[in-house]
Amino acid sequence: MATSKPRTSSFSRNLATVPSSTPGLKYGPNGTIFISSGIPDLDKILGGGFPLGSLVMVMEDAEAPHHMLLLRNFMSQGLVHKQPLLYASPSKDPKGFLGTLPTPGSSKDDKSRDRDPENENGLRIAWQYKKYFGDNQHHFDSNRDVKHEYCHDFDLRKPLEKHFISGQHIDCVSILDSPNLAALRDRCATFLAQFPRNDSSISSAGRIAIQSFCAPQCKYSNMEWDMLSFIRSLRSMVRSSNAVAVVTFPPSLLSPSFSRRWQHMADTLLSVRAIPDEDKEMAKLLTGYQDMVGLLNVHKVARINTQVPVILDATTFSIKLQRRRFLVLESLNQAPIDSSSGTSYGTSASCSGSSKTGTLDF
Amino acid sequence: MDQRAPNLLDEALGLVDEEKTKPWPLSSRVVLVEDRVETSGAFVLHHLLKRALSPHSSNDVVVFLAFSQPFSHYDRVLRKLGCNLTAQRENNRFFFLDLLVSEFPDGDEGNRDGLVALYGKIEKLVSTSFQENKKCITIVIDDFSLMEVAANGATNYVLDFLRYCHALTSTFGCSLVVLNHEDIYSSIERPALILQMEYLADILIKAEPLATGLATDVHGQLTVLNKEIRDEQGSSRNKICNFHFRVKENGVEYFYPGSKT
Repeated sequence: MATSKPRTSSFSRNLATVPSSTPGLKYGPNGTIFISSGIPDLDKILGGGFPLGSLVMVMEDAEAPHHMLLLRNFMSQGLVHKQPLLYASPSKDPKGFLGTLPTPGSSKDDKSRDRDPENENGLRIAWQYKKYFGDNQHHFDSNRDVKHEYCHDFDLRKPLEKHFISGQHIDCVSILDSPNLAALRDRCATFLAQFPRNDSSISSAGRIAIQSFCAPQCKYSNMEWDMLSFIRSLRSMVRSSNAVAVVTFPPSLLSPSFSRRWQHMADTLLSVRAIPDEDKEMAKLLTGYQDMVGLLNVHKVARINTQVPVILDATTFSIKLQRRRFLVLESLNQAPIDSSSGTSYGTSASCSGSSKTGTLDF
Repeated sequence: MDQRAPNLLDEALGLVDEEKTKPWPLSSRVVLVEDRVETSGAFVLHHLLKRALSPHSSNDVVVFLAFSQPFSHYDRVLRKLGCNLTAQRENNRFFFLDLLVSEFPDGDEGNRDGLVALYGKIEKLVSTSFQENKKCITIVIDDFSLMEVAANGATNYVLDFLRYCHALTSTFGCSLVVLNHEDIYSSIERPALILQMEYLADILIKAEPLATGLATDVHGQLTVLNKEIRDEQGSSRNKICNFHFRVKENGVEYFYPGSKT
């Protein structure tokens, strides 16, 4: 199987331990195992996905729900891979949110038809210029052939099919009325107890999604140390299990010092931002401005079992909806001076490093 | 591996010792490492850990308080640096206190008692090592802000803990290495905790990103403030060093700004 394809480095681990029948798991460097974020481009940017045992935090834009896009794809991807899910949200009926999850692109055929040539092209260039790329890209490219198994394109306009949702492995929690965090902590602990980490084998991976953790409608939202302590214990529990936790929070509701503490807790730290509707200056500066729905910032990439930081070519990416269905991330491209149409910047050029010259960072 | 040319960080810390005769130069000193969200200073801890456990000083002992990562993480990182923590742990040179999941009991009393018990553990390790004629003992705390969280924000108790550990450095000649995050406290008006830590520290190491952002060949800059260096004439002075670094799996490159080829 493609998942157990041997790699050239003599330092890579014996790969036979992952049963090749487990979809949605992928070996990364330093003995880490990745699961997909549900967004192919984000996986690419992060060097493979979210490593098991890591805590991902997403800083929300208080005025726009872009974090929900990330959360939805993350949850959907898990359900499609039959990975158990724990979802906590401050809404009254968290189960209802499952109805809004996107489905894997059923229009896959025509989609892959118009993307594949580009992919092939990108791959050939990548081999030619391999020495200019960091390990991440190389690693991703070597696993590119398993991408279809590992990560799907999600069609945001179609809800996830019922049989994925009706499974037994979904746990929904409303954090609206709980006076303290003990209950949620217990739920997380029992959930994570299903995935103990032992080096020998991995049967499944768990996903925890917590939405708007410090939302003001929650009763504990003024207990800053308690929330911090919860995050610390969540982080340590996740560390010792085969699971990934994604927590979104509006940093503006926390005091600056606590917001910093939260950011330090995160292994992978992302933030999303809406872009103002009619910003003429920006529109002149960037190609494809009218297609953008928001911006994604990558502040920190998880480094588990290593001390080397991951330095990305660009840390700001635009969030676009391709044909209003598929979520794509692109690095920002400066508009050409003679304003010919910007469509020549292909979708797959986003973070392959070949578009380095036009990258603009904020 | 250890015969390599000394690097700028070792020079700044006074760890360069040609004849290998002097005792561990950090003994009785407190080293504070400060970092930020953008630039992690964990590699400085790894470096000091490796130095303290190097084969030249087989009498040295490290007590490691790990709040931030599990043992497997440090083991892998240090192995790539050429230091086997598992073996050192079996040789009783490396004492790893896994505090990742530890929670102190609720309430004011609970926080205090938890910290007191933790301190008791450290003191016991240190005093037994001292009696076994170990030359130098290094206490490492990774990282201090998580200790605050573990104590549910009881800053006074955490500071007391730090002062007790500081007392150990003078009683037993230990060295104390603490990692903390500078940017947490930058928005507080009078951050007692970080100010007291900086006051107690003999050596202050700051890891900061470059003002121009991160690059693949320069990962940030270190500022090392070494208080009270005594030169041959016996006068003391402060020494400040500033240089850039690049973190790699098997070590860290240090170079002066602009001198990277």
